[in-house]
Amino acid sequence: MTVVPLPYYLVLSAILFGLGAIGFVFKRNVITIFMAIELMLNAVNLAFVTFSRMHGQLQGQVFVLFVIVVAAAEAAVGLAIIIVIARSRQSLNVERVDLLKL
Amino acid sequence: MSLIAQHPLFFVSLVKVIALLLLLMTALAYLTWLERKVVAHMQSRWGPYRAGPHGLLQPLADGLKFLFKEDVTPGGVDRFVYYLAPFLSLSLALTSIALIPFGPDDILIFGQRTTLGIADLNIGLLFLFAITSLGVYGVALAGWSSNSKYPLLGGLRSSAQMISYELSLTMSVVGVLLMAGTFNLREIIAAQQGHVWGLLPRWNIIAGPLPQLLGFFCFFTAAIAETNRLPFDLPEAESELVAGFHTEYASFKFAMFFLSEYASMITVSCLATVLFFGGWLSPFPEAQFWAWTRFLPTAALGVGCALLIFDGLRYTTLLGRIVLPVLGLVLGGLAYVIAQPGVIDFIQGPFWFLAKVFFFLFVYIWVRGTLPRFRYDQLMAVGWKLLLPASLANVVLTSLAVVVSRR
Amino acid sequence: MTLELILFFLLAAVAVAGAVNLILQRHPIHSALSLIVVMGALAALYLLLGAEFIAAVQIIVYAGAIMVLFVLVIMLLNAGEEERTNLSRMARYVGLPVGFFLLFELAYVMARAAGTQAAAPGVAPASTRQLATMLFREFVLPFELTSILILIAILGAVVLARRES
Repeated sequence: MTVVPLPYYLVLSAILFGLGAIGFVFKRNVITIFMAIELMLNAVNLAFVTFSRMHGQLQGQVFVLFVIVVAAAEAAVGLAIIIVIARSRQSLNVERVDLLKL
Repeated sequence: MSLIAQHPLFFVSLVKVIALLLLLMTALAYLTWLERKVVAHMQSRWGPYRAGPHGLLQPLADGLKFLFKEDVTPGGVDRFVYYLAPFLSLSLALTSIALIPFGPDDILIFGQRTTLGIADLNIGLLFLFAITSLGVYGVALAGWSSNSKYPLLGGLRSSAQMISYELSLTMSVVGVLLMAGTFNLREIIAAQQGHVWGLLPRWNIIAGPLPQLLGFFCFFTAAIAETNRLPFDLPEAESELVAGFHTEYASFKFAMFFLSEYASMITVSCLATVLFFGGWLSPFPEAQFWAWTRFLPTAALGVGCALLIFDGLRYTTLLGRIVLPVLGLVLGGLAYVIAQPGVIDFIQGPFWFLAKVFFFLFVYIWVRGTLPRFRYDQLMAVGWKLLLPASLANVVLTSLAVVVSRR
Repeated sequence: MTLELILFFLLAAVAVAGAVNLILQRHPIHSALSLIVVMGALAALYLLLGAEFIAAVQIIVYAGAIMVLFVLVIMLLNAGEEERTNLSRMARYVGLPVGFFLLFELAYVMARAAGTQAAAPGVAPASTRQLATMLFREFVLPFELTSILILIAILGAVVLARRES
């Protein structure tokens, strides 16, 4: 039996998710926004592992593995898109990327 | 004393960490001496000879030089990252040694029974790979924060090389994991006990469902590339890119990068012995016929003693004629001590482990003195087109062999 | 105040400090380093929860590969510091408070829903062997699909980032 009550982990996960959401909305650099998304994914991973421990089932941890894999694939493609945008716009400011035409 | 009794594990670990750190720093210093001597003799010259008898005080001289040199910080660097990079590199390289088991028996510290090795994790091998994958940051951040062309290019090239070879490194070990069934380093060594046909040791490179020759070749090659050593050290070679990612680093910070490279070498050699060569297991069988091999540590130290005395008495300088025979006598005394009945059983494990690690370090230095450097595109081609398919083939073949042998 | 509780609060403080630093820093490389610190703290928290394989995978894959990708892209694109633009009045007086309010509401709901429940009694922390068995028996189809997903991602990244020649 753990000595740390498991809801503490859930509260930490919620705080990290909220901070990631605030960073996503208020930051202006495309790469920093992407990093805030990764922070939100990490917070969700923590919640999954906590729930897996709470109910004694392993599906939570397996799902965390899949979240990490999907985050890796998403980071690869997302950063490739960012490189293309930076090349064509010469700027990483998300307010400059506001036209559908590259 | 009661404080120690209340938290025994903490104090025992503290003593082990301090002892290992002191031993490791001495070993690192003399590894640089060994490298210079061996490469020099391979090139028909002598190497360090003047700083103390046979250049034995050369590491001390180098250390003092690094400490007293002027510490120049170029303008325009990102200060936090610039100071973080060598510190990160060195601390990661030193942390990975904490997971290596050195011997099978327990020792007594403060009356507590504890294993020879600092940590014994159930995921020991995975944790070592985690530390290796974090090592890329030291190089990348050093190159970027130096605010200069050559370090930036060198850092990018180095980090691209390291992440490419990291894949082959982790894949080549999967064969060993399939055969042992665990990530725990002690259990991997224990699974290699025994002898085949009463003669050959059951190490992972010789016996088992599939002898891991391909795995070992991929592992060692990927490890040489991962530690940025010749023939894979184009990003930090002197005739290319000035000095690569550590161009702009002055005295002590450069020493930290230097030490972290040698510490990674030691870690990789320890891993190679543990995973493929049986760790602390002796190559000789346990039968009564081979009982004389238990005196091999004593014999090795005795030979060292004799060599030092004979060479020392004919040395050129007076200091050498005094110091070297004294060192020889110390080795002789040590040889006598470890032949005693109580100590001889204990010393077998660590002796074979250290002998194998020393052999791999020698191979590292041997390869450095012999092979020419790879060009960068050749380097990346070898990593992706040769080593990665070879490691994957090793995984497939080993899993096939394991399934067939379990039927 | 047991050791585990102290360790949890220490790691939680490091994680929250890293997340706040990610938002407050102007240069993306410092944000990236803060995110790596957050991931390290989370890996240690996974170890506290007994998920040792997930902790190792978090460091190897997330902190050791994905974040290296971020750092390399930041270096390649030579991303500079963010321009100093002030938040609009709407953002500063309405947006930020609403954001924090949502954060605290989420935390409150989580805390209330779970109560003070501890781990399921009588269940040992899972071992890697059990995780692997479940991954290759019940979840083998998603496992194979993720390998195809990674292949698609590699192809997409190569095609997108190629220079027009």
